[in-house]
Order: sequence, then C-alpha cells, then structure tokens
Amino acid sequence: MADEALFLLLHNEMVSGVYKSAEHGEVENGRCITKLENMGFRVGQGLIERFTKDTARFKDELDIMKFICKDFWTTVFKKQIDNLRTNHQGIYVLQDNKFRLLTQMSAGKQYLEHASKYLAFTCGLIRGGLSNLGIKSIVTAEVSSMPACKFQVMIQKL
Amino acid sequence: MAVCVAVIAKENYPLYIRSVPMENELKFHYMVHTSLDVVDEKVSAMGKALVDQRELYLGLLYPTEDYKVYGYVTNSKVKFVMVVDSSNTALRDNEIRSMFRKLHNSYTDVMCNPFYNPGDRIQSRAFDSMVTSMMIQVC
Repeated sequence: MADEALFLLLHNEMVSGVYKSAEHGEVENGRCITKLENMGFRVGQGLIERFTKDTARFKDELDIMKFICKDFWTTVFKKQIDNLRTNHQGIYVLQDNKFRLLTQMSAGKQYLEHASKYLAFTCGLIRGGLSNLGIKSIVTAEVSSMPACKFQVMIQKL
Repeated sequence: MAVCVAVIAKENYPLYIRSVPMENELKFHYMVHTSLDVVDEKVSAMGKALVDQRELYLGLLYPTEDYKVYGYVTNSKVKFVMVVDSSNTALRDNEIRSMFRKLHNSYTDVMCNPFYNPGDRIQSRAFDSMVTSMMIQVC
C-alpha cells in the first residue's frame, strides 16, 4: 500500500531533518534523540486514542501490552511483535525480528551506530501510547544485529 | 436533548463543560462533579466483575428529580458525562449510547489535531458545534 511507503519516507526525512537542523553540540548530547522521541510521544497519544475507540475496556497492564504488540504494531508497522516477554514486575521486552524502519538499511555492522536515531521515534510512540492509557513508562531500544531490535519498557510504579 | 455535556480529563479536571440554560450553570457543574464518584465506583466494580462486561458506556449513573445523568469512560480514562432532562421519556438507552459515540468520535478528532495540546481545555469549533447539535435537537 502507498501509505506504508509514505510513512517510511516521511520518517527518514524527519530523522535527517532533525539532524540537519541540529545546532552545535546537540547531536552529541542527545538533544536530537529527545526531539524525535517527543514527536513520537505526541503521535502515540493521538494514535492510541483513535485505535482504542472501538475496543473493549482493558483488563490489566498485560492486556494493554498485548494490544500494543498486536493491533497497534500491525496498524503502524504491518506486522506483529515477534516476541513479548515480561518479568511480571513491570518490565516488558518487545522483540521485533524484522523491524520496518531498519529494513531499508544494510544488514551488516556498517550502520549499527546510526540505528538508534531510527528507533527514537518508535520509543516515543510506545511511551505516548502507554501514557495515554494511564501507564507511565520508560522505553529504550537496542539493536544487536540489524533488522532485529528489542524495545524494553519499564513501567513506572506510582 | 441533553442539557449538559462535560468532558473530564484522566486527572479529574474538566476539559470541556457546557450546559444549555445558562442561568443554572453552577447546578450542572455540581451535578457533573458529584457524578465522578459514581463513575469511579462503576469502573472499579467492572474490573472485579466476573462477567465480561467491558463496554465503554457506563449507563445511567444516577437519576435526580428532574434530570438523569449518564456516563462513558474511554480507554484513556477520559470521562464523558451527559445530563438529560428526565421528562424526556422517549430517550432510550441506545440513543444515549450513540450520542456518546458521536462525542467520542469528535473527541478523538480533537486529540489527533496537531495544534491541540493533550490536557488543555477543548476549544475546537467542530467539537463545539457537535455538542450544540446534541443539545438543540429537542429544545
């Protein structure tokens, strides 16, 4: 579908746009990552409002995480999360073996250091979605081999 | 149809409230405010219930002499409260439900507007006119 390509292209432009407009020292101190993350946060808030409009009320935290892994991921990235793990104490690990936003890049080690900027927006997306559903969290991402990546969600208990 | 429509944020402060007879505004604010306890009660009871009753629409919260108060809670814990004239007996549950759905759709549009900051008061003209259309139908 066309909207898929559009999202990928827009995302690529967004990342390069943020990095191009970065002022002195902003790339090093992580300001760019924060900017992208915040963009994702707002988008996530809006999206989750729309996606959960017609669903039943969630039972618990795990129910919400499952929704993120299945419905949310399918709508945004056209595939489900491959593996969801949890320690039942507020830490969830979402593993995607072929993450959409990384598939355009060479699978070798060549661009591994650049991967983090292509994951920041998605981290924000998850965090924004969860926050709108009433769960405060910290989301981090890591990549060990190229199109696969892991998102770690740490729930902040009140 | 409805005499008062309110949208209450997750943290229980009003995002939007409008009532139709302007002179009694405070009375309606008070009514909506008291209804929040009933909303909380219903939502927490729903979590415990064995029956899988997980609809967003909460139904009648409480009736007063002249009015009926209905509630609805979205998945993002935003509450919609609607006060309806109880002399209007023709109004059935299904109609109330569809009014809430319309309200929810409009609210979603507001949330997805990039110029709206989540948590701010709703000042959208489209939302306003939708609420007006729900209020005028009978009056």
